[in-house]
Amino acid sequence: MLTTRPELRRMNWSLGKLVVVAILAVTTMISLFPLFWMLSTAFTPASSTIKTPPSLIPLPESLADPTSVPTWVAERAYVPTIENFQRLIRQTQGLVWRWLLNSAIIAVSITVFHVLFDSMAGYAFARKQFPGRNVLFWLLLSTLMIPAQVTLIPNFLLISRMGLADSHLGVILPGLADVFGIFLMRQYMQTLPKELEEAGRLDGAGDWQVFWQIVLPLAKPAAATLAIFMFMRSWNNFIWPLIVLRDGAKYTLPVGVATLQGEFSTDVGLIMAGAAVAAVPMIAFFLLFQRYFLQGIRIGALKG
Amino acid sequence: MARAVPVSAARTGARARWQVRWRKWRSGYLFVLPSMLMFLVFLFGPVLWSLLLAFQDASLTQREWIGLDNFVGLADDRVFRKALVNTLIYTAITVPVHLLVSLILAGMMKPLAARWQTFFRAAYYLPAVTSVVILATVWRWMFNPRFGVFNQLLDLGAVPWLARPNLALWAVIISAALTIPAAGVVMYSAAMGSIPADLYEAAGLEGAGAVRQWWDITVPLLKPTTLYLVVMYTIWAFEVFERVYIMTGGGPAYATTTIVQLIYDTGFRDWQYGVASAQAIVLFVLVGTAAAIQFRYFRSDVEY
Repeated sequence: MLTTRPELRRMNWSLGKLVVVAILAVTTMISLFPLFWMLSTAFTPASSTIKTPPSLIPLPESLADPTSVPTWVAERAYVPTIENFQRLIRQTQGLVWRWLLNSAIIAVSITVFHVLFDSMAGYAFARKQFPGRNVLFWLLLSTLMIPAQVTLIPNFLLISRMGLADSHLGVILPGLADVFGIFLMRQYMQTLPKELEEAGRLDGAGDWQVFWQIVLPLAKPAAATLAIFMFMRSWNNFIWPLIVLRDGAKYTLPVGVATLQGEFSTDVGLIMAGAAVAAVPMIAFFLLFQRYFLQGIRIGALKG
Repeated sequence: MARAVPVSAARTGARARWQVRWRKWRSGYLFVLPSMLMFLVFLFGPVLWSLLLAFQDASLTQREWIGLDNFVGLADDRVFRKALVNTLIYTAITVPVHLLVSLILAGMMKPLAARWQTFFRAAYYLPAVTSVVILATVWRWMFNPRFGVFNQLLDLGAVPWLARPNLALWAVIISAALTIPAAGVVMYSAAMGSIPADLYEAAGLEGAGAVRQWWDITVPLLKPTTLYLVVMYTIWAFEVFERVYIMTGGGPAYATTTIVQLIYDTGFRDWQYGVASAQAIVLFVLVGTAAAIQFRYFRSDVEY
């Protein structure tokens, strides 16, 4: 079908094609440059980071000898090293691993609760009859209009009064009031055939059994999508853990990395190593589950 | 006696009917209950609380009703006005740039083979999967006056981007504008894919060139997507925080303070809950206006 499109035929006009490919290539480089530069600085020895011209070209030790390469290469070359990462771990007394673990605990908890609660609510909104259903659903959707910043202060006061200040539970709980998952699950469950549920009911299954053994397995694709974008949202969340957490050992990775900047402001290699530790899990996660992200983007739940 | 029989029968009948109905409704209520509790405690309650706080002189130690004084104070507050202006400048520049870039890139990607589209989409989205905290940390390093790659690649000399009040906001805006708007590209690509190919064939037969077709067919038919993206990017721009917090902390001399940065400073550095809540309400009104349009988008179906 694509090949019948007239603009594709016109694309054979080589100059036009060249311009398009060039622009796409340049924008790709612009897009990826900060990540490239982060990794590059993280693996550059401290002595080569702070110099002019900047060291851009990683070379193995055997080639870094100025006599074996042209001067302009030698001036910009560096021997990749992991000393920045070693210094990061030493200087933070291993806290960076705690941050990684904390981020994982918080993101996994929020994800598990969301998938369960949102599937249940989505199921009720898609299938169950009860007075106030539509009002409730539109009320929930209307929370999209409320900027998260409006609830920062009251939620902080609330969490403090509940004795959850400076705790992971205090980060997790307010993260559960989020409508995107309910919307996603409802939309998907509306498309499922009702016959299986009815057959289950005829076999004497109760409401919970029908949901748990029939509907939820059928809704797995939507649940997987939801799980993946919830995990990313909570992993990257910043302002809320920044406010709730006080103890450095309880920080999440983004909060921890933000504090590195204050403590080691002159040690760029260390800061970039910290940034890399925070970024790489998400990058790997995205490359593994790429196709699931599209749905999150389409309903506006993922920024980009 | 003869009349009492139908009354009591009707009564038991009514009660039985209610019981039957309640049994039917009960599971619906139970399924939405966990989510509703979360929304009630951590969203609806806090929003009301925040409204109350905005009319109080509330800080760590005291709480007193002062009517509209917080809002009156904001109107006279130079820093708040500065934050509003900074946020509006940031929004007015980044939103059109993001929209234009996503429209152009989606259009350029459209004739490509599916696997190349996937590749470019991934390359554009990859930075967005890492926290803005990480990217802003890298940008801060790239804007380093002497050793930052921004000045060096563009050969600008030692421009202190983040330290000069007249440059800092521009550095923040540049870092945002050079982020490829992946969500926009994804949304536009999807919308372009659903435009019927015969529209282009007809235009092609009439001799319209690729650019002409793009402008006369593609752009007008993408209007609903454009509206949606304008709203989303506007909301995200209004709520900009991490980028500023990491790159400049709002300084120098409030040159880059945005509304959310100011809410954070007022609420969690100065502990002025009342004033910060009033600032959050102003943000709510701004975002709510933009989101009201998004809300309508969710209900409207687009047909070609």
